[in-house]
Amino acid sequence: MNRIKNFFSSFLLIELLKGMALTGRQLFARKITVLYPEERTPQSPRFRGLHALRRYPNGEERCIACKLCEAVCPALAITIESAARADGTRRTTRYDIDLTKCIFCGFCEESCPVDSIVETRIFEYCGEKRGDLLYTKPMLLELGERYESQIAKDRACDAKYR
Amino acid sequence: MMAFWQGILGIAWTPVWALVKIIAIIAPLMIGVAYLTYAERKVIGYMQVRIGPNRVGFKGLLQPIADGLKLLMKEIVVPSGASKGLFVVAPMLMIAPALAAWAVVPFSPRMVLANIDAGLLYILAMTSMGVYGVIIAGWASNSKYAFLGAMRSAAQIVSYEIAMGFALVGVLMAAHSLNLIDIVQAQRGGVFHWYWLPLAPLFVVYFISGVAETNRAPFDVAEGESEIVAGFHVEYSGMAFAVFFLAEYANMILVAMLASLLFLGGWEPLFPVAPFTWIPGFLWLLGKVAFMLLLFLWARATFPRYRYDQIMRLGWKVFIPVTLVWIVAVGLVLQTPYRYLVH
Repeated sequence: MNRIKNFFSSFLLIELLKGMALTGRQLFARKITVLYPEERTPQSPRFRGLHALRRYPNGEERCIACKLCEAVCPALAITIESAARADGTRRTTRYDIDLTKCIFCGFCEESCPVDSIVETRIFEYCGEKRGDLLYTKPMLLELGERYESQIAKDRACDAKYR
Repeated sequence: MMAFWQGILGIAWTPVWALVKIIAIIAPLMIGVAYLTYAERKVIGYMQVRIGPNRVGFKGLLQPIADGLKLLMKEIVVPSGASKGLFVVAPMLMIAPALAAWAVVPFSPRMVLANIDAGLLYILAMTSMGVYGVIIAGWASNSKYAFLGAMRSAAQIVSYEIAMGFALVGVLMAAHSLNLIDIVQAQRGGVFHWYWLPLAPLFVVYFISGVAETNRAPFDVAEGESEIVAGFHVEYSGMAFAVFFLAEYANMILVAMLASLLFLGGWEPLFPVAPFTWIPGFLWLLGKVAFMLLLFLWARATFPRYRYDQIMRLGWKVFIPVTLVWIVAVGLVLQTPYRYLVH
């Protein structure tokens, strides 16, 4: 009996018409496309985009050259060299991130004891020449200064879950 | 006006006038092809809850022109192992029958390039020629994927040609004519006199065979992107590829046009009463063709590709028996007093 029913539902194209009815309904459904440059999808405060190095409000750079981020980085994208400064504190003399290696896992940010290296919400960046995506310490510090308000807000948002 | 030109051109008048008529058919057809690609992308996009092309021109309306220009400027690469002559000839063999078939397609009782008696036969002959283009393209490319695609396509087209031919036999039995204008005029008298109703199984078989003949989804194993890259036209680029594309879409429009002429009453209005007869016949024909083309796109948006053995099973073990039974049924009815049911 079932076989006869199956035979007729495929022979009389009933199955096919059901399928076409479904796509026919979708023809008039509301479209879900986001027109990217004009419209954007909402971003999480935990978004992991371009990196930045932060400073304390008094202007002192946060990084103490503990090299935890360098050690944890699975892609070996971070290179740090350090030296003692005149006031006896340890600081980085070199802090490079190779963004062509980086996999944006966020481990550097997680491992940082002083919230110095962070990943911002910026994802629209590019390099036009080879080497443009090798970010150095001054570049990262500059990014940190420019987006400090946004970075601080996102950290505050996420603080209670840490 | 016509007499004036006739006087000037003398003996050259006949070919010139024929050329004018050919251009009057081909030019709108090519524009139709261009905008069919646009409609396809839009309709399939909408059915997949996307919005389709919308950047080039207003609502993306210039997209097909941009695509055409892009293909025109691209290089035509001829593979080093290819049979060069045939490689170049194949796209022409593909487009020539696709366009030649339009010679006998009537657009109204008086608008037809060549009103020949065996119009239907001519169209069958022309559409069968298209498979040469596919086979030669696949063979001349000297590529295994192209060759596989050509083999698949050849077997598929040969199988479905039979069912398609039988479906048309039913039509000409009912209409007592092979002339397309006569067939349309035999369907006079509103939607219930069109042949889609008495010949419903043949209509369905004809349309599905038409989809298979044009190598469209869900019968597009000849291209089968996921299995054999792009089938018979993998090695083609630039304008040579565009010609294959044009031929495929011109064939689609042809199948839709024939379906509307043979089964949907051509330029006949829905009902032969006042508000329907105000609309000119040409628009009725255009509307029916557009509807059939929508079915092509709709099917592509809905169904996954048929497996190859299933295609063969459908063609040989389902369509041919169905059409044969219905032809016999129509023949029997024509011998009884109930012959008005089909004729």
